[in-house]
Amino acid sequence: MTRLVPAALAIDRLLAEVAAPHCGGMCTFLGTVRGGPEEAAHGGVTGIEYSAYEAMAEAELDRIVSETLARWPGARVALHHRLGLVPVGEASIAIAVAAPHRAAAFDACRYVIEQVKRRVPIWKREMHAATASGRIIPAARTRCGWSTRSVKPPTSSMSH
Amino acid sequence: MPPTTGTLAVPVRLFARYAELLGAERLTIEVPAPATVAALLERLRTAYPAAALPARPLVAVNLRQVALDAALAPGDEVALLPPLSGG
Repeated sequence: MTRLVPAALAIDRLLAEVAAPHCGGMCTFLGTVRGGPEEAAHGGVTGIEYSAYEAMAEAELDRIVSETLARWPGARVALHHRLGLVPVGEASIAIAVAAPHRAAAFDACRYVIEQVKRRVPIWKREMHAATASGRIIPAARTRCGWSTRSVKPPTSSMSH
Repeated sequence: MPPTTGTLAVPVRLFARYAELLGAERLTIEVPAPATVAALLERLRTAYPAAALPARPLVAVNLRQVALDAALAPGDEVALLPPLSGG
């Protein structure tokens, strides 16, 4: 199943996919691109470009869904991760979970997003609208860089 | 089944920051067999001394993350994964 998509995510479609008569609780999670004060310090983020090791990302997402279904019997899971440029405010990931009861729906949804962040080979590159002499440089000339915020500083040692 | 001695030509895929560091998205690295992921990384560092790969990068073999002492077999595809930032 293809869970990596190049276009805007539609949570309602995922909800429709997981809805089932035996499920009395549904949970959704949307991860959206942030463009707040923290990002403004970096020159103002206009969006994030996501790239992936697609074959592994799909395989890892399959494994995460399988684990979730095994851990929360009766649960149903659907998710999409967007690739390519995602503008500030739009969703990069959408997750819908349905389960017989609400506790399982919340827990399973949380499990999916935490595992995605930990295991799925996807990378983001922040796109900045760099300011020069107080004006915004046109989008075509924005600069960009790989996100390092979630990265521990690499050790200087080359041996191991 | 190819022999497990001699030389192993390992296809290596690079992504995001690592692709930039090494200036390529795909490489083939030859290592003496039997080989481990760690041995392959050493060859890579020798071949690209300026690339400054971290000491213990995330590595996947055949679409799964592995430990650096994992053995490599003929036909394996190795991928070097920069710190993940999806979600």
